[in-house]
Amino acid sequence: MRSGLFGYLFAMWILILVGSGIVVTILGPISISGFGELNWIIGSSIKAIVAIILVVLWILILSKLKNWIFRKDITS
Amino acid sequence: MIELILPAIVSCIIAFFVVFVMTPPLIKFLEKRNLTVKDVNKKDVMVARPGGPAIIAGIIASEIVLYAFLQLNEILAIIITTFAAFLIGYIDDRKVMGGWFKPVTLAFAAIPIIVFGVYDSNLAFPLFGTVHIPVLYLALIILMIPITGNTINSIDVLNGVASGFMVIASFSLSICLFIVENYEIAIVSLPLGLVSLAFYRYHKIPSRIFPGDSGALTLGTMYGAIAIVGGVEIIAAVALLPAVINSFLFLSSVKRIEDHRKIKGKPVEHTDDFRLKATDDKTAPITLVRLILAGGSLSEKQVGLAIFKLAIFSGILAIITAFLMRVSL
Repeated sequence: MRSGLFGYLFAMWILILVGSGIVVTILGPISISGFGELNWIIGSSIKAIVAIILVVLWILILSKLKNWIFRKDITS
Repeated sequence: MIELILPAIVSCIIAFFVVFVMTPPLIKFLEKRNLTVKDVNKKDVMVARPGGPAIIAGIIASEIVLYAFLQLNEILAIIITTFAAFLIGYIDDRKVMGGWFKPVTLAFAAIPIIVFGVYDSNLAFPLFGTVHIPVLYLALIILMIPITGNTINSIDVLNGVASGFMVIASFSLSICLFIVENYEIAIVSLPLGLVSLAFYRYHKIPSRIFPGDSGALTLGTMYGAIAIVGGVEIIAAVALLPAVINSFLFLSSVKRIEDHRKIKGKPVEHTDDFRLKATDDKTAPITLVRLILAGGSLSEKQVGLAIFKLAIFSGILAIITAFLMRVSL
């Protein structure tokens, strides 16, 4: 049984915890004012965009981690 | 809490025994109708498929009993969403559909959760608290059901793995729901583990029946629905990490959404004594099994055990995460 897989799982878990902190501290407080009834739409859109960026970043970091941990094993 | 003990016991007994009793006649029925598929990891062995009907029967029977006791809309939403996933899987069992069929249709299966309004748009995170994302959360619901359904489906590659993995993941999730003091949904989640356990009895190596897409999607979708109505989305994702890794590795190597049955390159091949070994095929997707086999050939049972060890490790991380939900920095 390869210990690298446990390490990869643990790294994913840490990334989830770190991501949680970023989401709560950055995404949570975002609020828009001055656009009337459009406030919540604009605010939600900004939150969605930030969330998507965070997910893309998460996937990129995981890809790098995957290549780093399994570089001997991954041939394709 | 005390008043939940009787519904919990009754629903667990029903969940286990409906699947346990119904699966052998289902196997005979499928074999009689020649609804069998080749077990690719064994020589000339045909196995009945799909076991989804027995799984969904156990889930519906136990959850209806729970509804009679608890009268929760959450239970209705879980039943309808899970049954929709079963139908989607059953269609795919009978006719192999395109790669997009399951993700797209499973997104529609999530609608009952929204219609019944059985979700909390405050997304809870460990250590840091919650974030209120009313619009974004709807998108999360639509995304989460296809992801959990397909993730469990993608790990259904060896005898007993999907059902055994679900036993570990769902009981971990139930423990976590108790830790975060969501007792009602914890009780609602218990039948999922019991159904998986009863099915594992026939699915474990050597398999007498495969769950098929109808079985795997049913288990995965119910898991996702419980995570949403229980407000434990992050914890559920952690318990599912080995299966998530499998899907992630597959997608990042194939670089498109495609049904695994349509991929030409084979990630795993057999030795002369039918042990599994990783291939050197550069067109084959990278999968969890392929990585487990990177160190050398293993028997199917050994690979299954390796996946279960990873599932237990993730389950422990999920339980730690549940405790961290009660801590605030």
